Amino acid sequence: MSTPRDTWSKPPFIANPVLRWTVYLGVIAYFGWVGLTMPIDWNRVAAGIERAGRIFGGAFPPSFERSGLLIDGFLESLKIAILATAGGVVLSIPIAFMAARNIVPLPVFYLGRAIIIVARSFHPVIVAIVFVKAVGFGPFAGVLTLIIYSIGFVAKMLAERIEEIDFGQVEALRAAGAPYLSTLFYAIFPQIMPRQIGLTIYQLDSNLRASAVVGIVGAGGIGATLANAFGRYDYDFALAITIVIVAVILLSEAVSGIIRKRIQ
Amino acid sequence: MTSIREQFGRDDWTRFTPKQKLTRWGILVGCALAIVWALSSIRVVWAWVWGAPEQIGDLFGRMYPPDPTNLATILKVLWDTVNIATFATAFAVLLSLPVAYIAAQNTTPNRATLWLGRLILVTSRSVNTIIWALLFVAIFGPGVVAGIVAIMFRSVGFIGKLLGEAIEEIDKRPVEALEATGASRFKVIVYAIIPQVMPTFWAVAILRWDINLRESTVLGLVGAGGIGIILQGAIDTFNWPEVATILLAIIVLVILGEVVSAFLRRRIL
Repeated sequence: MSTPRDTWSKPPFIANPVLRWTVYLGVIAYFGWVGLTMPIDWNRVAAGIERAGRIFGGAFPPSFERSGLLIDGFLESLKIAILATAGGVVLSIPIAFMAARNIVPLPVFYLGRAIIIVARSFHPVIVAIVFVKAVGFGPFAGVLTLIIYSIGFVAKMLAERIEEIDFGQVEALRAAGAPYLSTLFYAIFPQIMPRQIGLTIYQLDSNLRASAVVGIVGAGGIGATLANAFGRYDYDFALAITIVIVAVILLSEAVSGIIRKRIQ
Repeated sequence: MTSIREQFGRDDWTRFTPKQKLTRWGILVGCALAIVWALSSIRVVWAWVWGAPEQIGDLFGRMYPPDPTNLATILKVLWDTVNIATFATAFAVLLSLPVAYIAAQNTTPNRATLWLGRLILVTSRSVNTIIWALLFVAIFGPGVVAGIVAIMFRSVGFIGKLLGEAIEEIDKRPVEALEATGASRFKVIVYAIIPQVMPTFWAVAILRWDINLRESTVLGLVGAGGIGIILQGAIDTFNWPEVATILLAIIVLVILGEVVSAFLRRRIL
């Protein structure tokens, strides 16, 4: 029998006291040990305050003098995003079908899942570096990178949607003797289409963001312009680019939000 | 019985009305035009495009077999990468608590703090980690500090936004009950708000840690510490077999991260 108490206290986060203290001490030990052994040059960090002042001093006011360069960079990012979304979505449809457990045999399913896992494992910037080395600097490497990036996301989400479809319609068409393609077009596509359109719009938005980043390693678009501005210590131009990137992202987020709301 | 003609105004069944069809075709043509515009005006050397499969094949050919001689160094830097992600997530979680509190409509003290909170969230999320990293490498110099701060700046917006939404959705009654007993603001937060958002809090923190693990693999490319630095080094020296080893190490790390976060989610939630 537990002793009755006069006051109520909050039950602890983990009921077992041994486990609780092991977890707490483990966390403290990890942060303490790693925090002390991390390769940090504190002198440079201390100098950072002064340098931050210089950078921000140099960045204000933002300079829109070279707006031609800025607009060109953005148009290129937009083109990269459009082409990569188109290519990625087209490629991700067959891959999503391969990765849906309810319509394909097991070996095909594993292949489809493997493609998706590999496409998702690498950050787009790493993929971009490899493509820049393979096909040279410029927007083409960016398009290839973002196609892979789009496949990783769109194929995964679409495969999940295909696994959730109502199989009654497929069976109805099969019972009527419909060939495979007709089943696909009349029983499966109508069910996954709304999700597909939503994903495409989301991915266009997402690719536009990512295209700003892959440019930093030479894969074209506004990121290349930004990295150059940083490299030349043109902080006022870099700030102008960053402001425009943020504005464009907010705008595209708002637009894609409106479109998705209208579809549903 | 009504005939098909009476119901639909025509003899055969069609899925869409003419107006719907027109809209659908209009959207399709619009998409096609956007693609044509992008294809025709993009600055691409088409000879490189046709040679791409061969070039990529050649690159992978050079990567095989992976060269594990530097595996010890790779694992050491991989450990740094994990630490960057973990520290940054931990700091971001702490920082995002007050931000989420003032960015949620039902807990924020006044309109000014609400907009301040939202401004912080939007700024943080709109700038990509790599761009934050560029800035902090310029400030702190190359190294893990720049990486941790960059990931932290990016994560605050993400965690704060999701946590703020969770706070907005809480059940008001426990809060009102405590307020009715005369509990202090602090006690209301600890006993009425925190227990309700705790599950979301852990889910978001684990999810963000998983994302940060991926993000921290590329920080080194702009000089902000982690595995990216030796990846960049291996690429610059055309040491493709070592690049292959590093890429494999990254895949293993990311998959392990997913396994760990899936395990934690199951245990905690």
